[in-house]
Amino acid sequence: MSEQGVDNSKRQFLTTALTVVGAVGTGYIAVPFLAQMQPSTKAKAAGAPVEIDISKIETGQLIRAAWRGKPVWVLNRTPDVLEILATDTTKLADPNSLESNQPESSQNQFRSINPEIFIAVGLCTHLGCSPTFRPEIAPNDLGPEWKGGFFCPCHGSGFDLAGRVFRGVPAPTNLDVPPHRYITDTRIIIGEDTSEASA
Amino acid sequence: MKNRHLENCGAWFLERFPMAKLWNEHMAQYYAPKNFNFWYFFGSLALLVLVNQFVTGILLTMNYKPDASLAFDSVEYIMREVPWGWLVRYMHSTGASAFFIVVYLHMFRGLIYGSYKQPRELIWMFGMLIFLALMAEAFMGYLLPWGQMSYWGAQVIISLFSAIPVIGDDLSLWVRGDYVISDATLNRFFAFHVIAIPLILIMLVFLHIIALHEVGSNNPDGIEIKESKDPWGHPVDGIPFHPYYTVKDIVGVAVFLFFFATVLFYMPEMGGYFLEHANFIPADPLATPEHIAPVWYFTPFYAILRAIPDKFAGVIAMGGAIVVLFLLPWLDRSPVRSIRYRGGIYKKAILLFVISFIGLGYLGMQAPTAGATMMARVFTAIYFGFFLLMPIYTRWEKTKPLPKRVNEQPSIEDRIPGIKNTFSAMTHDVVENKNGHTVTHKRPDASGIAHVLINLVKKFKGSLD
Repeated sequence: MSEQGVDNSKRQFLTTALTVVGAVGTGYIAVPFLAQMQPSTKAKAAGAPVEIDISKIETGQLIRAAWRGKPVWVLNRTPDVLEILATDTTKLADPNSLESNQPESSQNQFRSINPEIFIAVGLCTHLGCSPTFRPEIAPNDLGPEWKGGFFCPCHGSGFDLAGRVFRGVPAPTNLDVPPHRYITDTRIIIGEDTSEASA
Repeated sequence: MKNRHLENCGAWFLERFPMAKLWNEHMAQYYAPKNFNFWYFFGSLALLVLVNQFVTGILLTMNYKPDASLAFDSVEYIMREVPWGWLVRYMHSTGASAFFIVVYLHMFRGLIYGSYKQPRELIWMFGMLIFLALMAEAFMGYLLPWGQMSYWGAQVIISLFSAIPVIGDDLSLWVRGDYVISDATLNRFFAFHVIAIPLILIMLVFLHIIALHEVGSNNPDGIEIKESKDPWGHPVDGIPFHPYYTVKDIVGVAVFLFFFATVLFYMPEMGGYFLEHANFIPADPLATPEHIAPVWYFTPFYAILRAIPDKFAGVIAMGGAIVVLFLLPWLDRSPVRSIRYRGGIYKKAILLFVISFIGLGYLGMQAPTAGATMMARVFTAIYFGFFLLMPIYTRWEKTKPLPKRVNEQPSIEDRIPGIKNTFSAMTHDVVENKNGHTVTHKRPDASGIAHVLINLVKKFKGSLD
């Protein structure tokens, strides 16, 4: 109940100072709150490499394995398929895989180290559905232009048997090829690159 | 003596809590227009469904296990072994679809009577936020049974975030809490579905109703009832919400429960529309079901996403389809609110919009063939055209003069002679002789029915001008 007038500038300064300190404090506490939703150490550690035996895969057969909880395909391609992949590239959006994810050793027209054996993460690069394996030529539902490939049932994206995406579909890039290397001629390890082999 | 104690107790409470004030402001002395029609049931019905979801949801959490290895089996356990578990679970799953039916109709009411226009923009915005929260709630709830559709639906929707340039991949990783949909994702979706979003929903519903009671309800004529008041300051065309509309809403509730119970007891899966068949198979991260589609209430937006042949543009279009709804109060430049006094252009536009919205909903459930994609593109163009061209066509059109007071609607008693006439126009009498008695039978009359139908179509066509 002082007779003196109120020092408004002092009051304003204290209000501003409290607001700033409070905002900084809120910012600091927001970091752990938000960061605790990141993958846990356990989830990060679960990405261990996976070994696959490819000696039993027949020509034209596709097997599925799980790596980091994702489906990984291993496809043994026929010479006919390789012939189509080498010549029929006009409808592809990224035939040379310049915009796509693959280890350097697989950045070629067949997108693999060994032309016959194609390895890819079986998730569409659009919204992550697992495309279906459709090796048949010109089936009724996919039309006469279809020369074998992968078709995503969710949003209609199509890929050839090297996982290369066709033009005019929602998927932006080719299927991802995971890092992988050959331990022997018949054993592959998924999750390690050829460059890591020497290390 | 005893009564005195009770009275004192009541008085003690009322001196400390504004019970009477709240009751009067929001119920007994909240004046709502007297000409509410069928369309005005859906607000209170949405509240009823919300309560249903809360009660059944709480009961479900008592037996559900938010764990990737236990979730699917715990839902089956609820269905088969928990007493009345099937009823609670079906009430919750049917309630989810009922919620969207009621909310879509509630939004459509706002659209035809201009309930979003000045001064009710904020009510519309809160309502749209409720719609968004509801979509998040439904989406996260759908993951919990951990079936094939739960898994792959969540995979697709979370991947939408990854389409955002630069931060997209990190953002979707943060939402999932793992490199794929996993136990971590299921557990956090459970937390959001059961705690976070319901709290937000309750808060938004509160804001929606408080904002409504501040400016007052719109009505099918779209005129302000506050402009003509009686000597006591009450709107002459208004009636107290309680008892008039509380009682009227009970009729709506009864009719709604009739339909709700029919679905609940006779077709809880609704032929795969409310609970999809593939969701009765446990989640398999290695194989997507042959045909994947979201639950029906998301399909219009899903069809828009699929119609655009580019990942980022598709996601933008889908988000844009919801953002334009938020902008509606400012896109509409018409001086009148209700469709009753608008010109023919708006009526035709809204008809096209409804056709395209339902069309998109249908196409979103179908496989993405070339023809279906083309149709979806046309409907997407109409959907956006309806909103984005609105500033132009609502300014052009000629509106009809507004009445000073709300229109009296003919009562059911007044309508009986008309209904009788229509009935007799659709039937003809057949005279029969039976055991010496002459009996007259009413039989359907094909040409009469055709005539009535043609007249109905003509009337509808006429009403579009």
